[in-house]
Amino acid sequence: MAEFEVPVLSIKNLNKQFGKGCPYCQDEESLVKNYCPVCGTVYACRDVSFDVFPGEVLGIVGESGSGKSTLMQCLYFDQEVTNGEAYLADYHNGEKNLFQESSQQQRYIRNNIMGKVYQNPLLGLKMNFSSIGNIAEKLIAAGNQHVGMMENRGTELLNKVNIPVHRRKEAPKNFSGGMQQRVQIAKALSNRPPLLLLDEVTTGLDLSVQASVLDLIKSLQRELNISIVLVSHDLGVIRMLADRTLVMLEGRVIEQGLTDQILEDPQHRYTQQLVHSLL
Amino acid sequence: METLLEIKNLSKSFDLHNLGKHIRAVSSVDIQIKEGEFVGITGKSGSGKSTILKCIYGTYRIQQGSILYHSKKFGRINLAEATERELLYLRKHEIGYVSQFLNVMPRTTARQLVKQAILEMGDDHDLAEKETEKILAHFELDEELWDSYPTTFSGGEKLRLNIARAMVKKPRLLLLDEPTASLDHDSKIKVKLLIEQLMKEGTTMLGIFHDLEFMNHLCNQEYNIQNGVFSHSTSFTNS
Repeated sequence: MAEFEVPVLSIKNLNKQFGKGCPYCQDEESLVKNYCPVCGTVYACRDVSFDVFPGEVLGIVGESGSGKSTLMQCLYFDQEVTNGEAYLADYHNGEKNLFQESSQQQRYIRNNIMGKVYQNPLLGLKMNFSSIGNIAEKLIAAGNQHVGMMENRGTELLNKVNIPVHRRKEAPKNFSGGMQQRVQIAKALSNRPPLLLLDEVTTGLDLSVQASVLDLIKSLQRELNISIVLVSHDLGVIRMLADRTLVMLEGRVIEQGLTDQILEDPQHRYTQQLVHSLL
Repeated sequence: METLLEIKNLSKSFDLHNLGKHIRAVSSVDIQIKEGEFVGITGKSGSGKSTILKCIYGTYRIQQGSILYHSKKFGRINLAEATERELLYLRKHEIGYVSQFLNVMPRTTARQLVKQAILEMGDDHDLAEKETEKILAHFELDEELWDSYPTTFSGGEKLRLNIARAMVKKPRLLLLDEPTASLDHDSKIKVKLLIEQLMKEGTTMLGIFHDLEFMNHLCNQEYNIQNGVFSHSTSFTNS
């Protein structure tokens, strides 16, 4: 059957290796997990392909070291891919491979078509800037110049993520972990991107704060109909938010399916182990 | 009447790698359901009744056989080979599933839960609000509960909410996995009334019930699983 909808993001055969590789590790069988014992090359992402469709949440699970975060860094151009292709429907009608665009164009894509929330707020925020200033930074990077408009947009966003208006000029370093994550989310949303990348956004937060961040993500997704790629090692988070899920192990996607398929009828040995570890 | 669902030679087994076990859940299942019919599956617990429903809904991925469904959107489609996105679409618009367990988003009120189910199909908020109140009232869910979290509900209340949420969408095909298992007599009658109403509106249903009397009153056809053998036991003429 022909596809009945067009993906927002399409990733084809993404590979990322750290290190040059050597004749020994050309043969994948000789790797120890995804590491070459001879030259020390780490194959972080191996032949990863997937699509993200409008308005859906795609979950990515896997143990630490499985390549989830590296994949997200590649998608946001924080890392350069070794090879592979990525297409965004909102960028030249999905006809240009993002990974081959100039760094200037990649910056444009980052600032206009994508938003990212890092696990570590230090990577996503300037801790000494005011919160609203952090949002303005992204707006300016996207070419906005009108201060009044940016102030309004910033206030509106902070309001949306439940940061009290009177604290908008405070720096994130004064905020709790949950608040910092919410400022990051506000910043990521500032240019109304069709695609949001969330990398372990609730890891390390206490349960009630985690719940408020998850509720926020869910309601934003419903309201704005934004597409989300959500990386987490927490199956509870995945179950709550993701429509479809990829399972990664040693840099590869070993299984993918509807989230209830992954949770109730896992096929791969590792996925079964993961699901059965769920409390 | 046209055939809405045709299952041919369906088999499902589970490979539990970590336990080194291979479990056969069901094999050689053949079911044919015409539009507007109510079909029941009977059998002992553990015989694989729910497995069949989960295979149709796409929760279980099958090893063998085909599940041909006549979709409004896609025409004839083999659910066993449908893409994930096609299944998601069908779940939102055409195929409903009610189990005995309420599987809900935490921190979502009963009202939001039902409303969201309606909004998956369209975005008329006023209409959704009205339909939500109508069905919650039909199931006599105490108005005080409408705006509280289902985790605090009693078993029967949860179940009624669960059924309300699936039925409010008036799906083309509704899969019922013992939805009345723990309901009292009055609630069962409410469910029955709604099932009858949905049948009138054209919803086709495939259900598992422990309460055979309840089922026999509604059924057009009955299938039975015994000792792993699947058989077509009775066809009732539509009364």
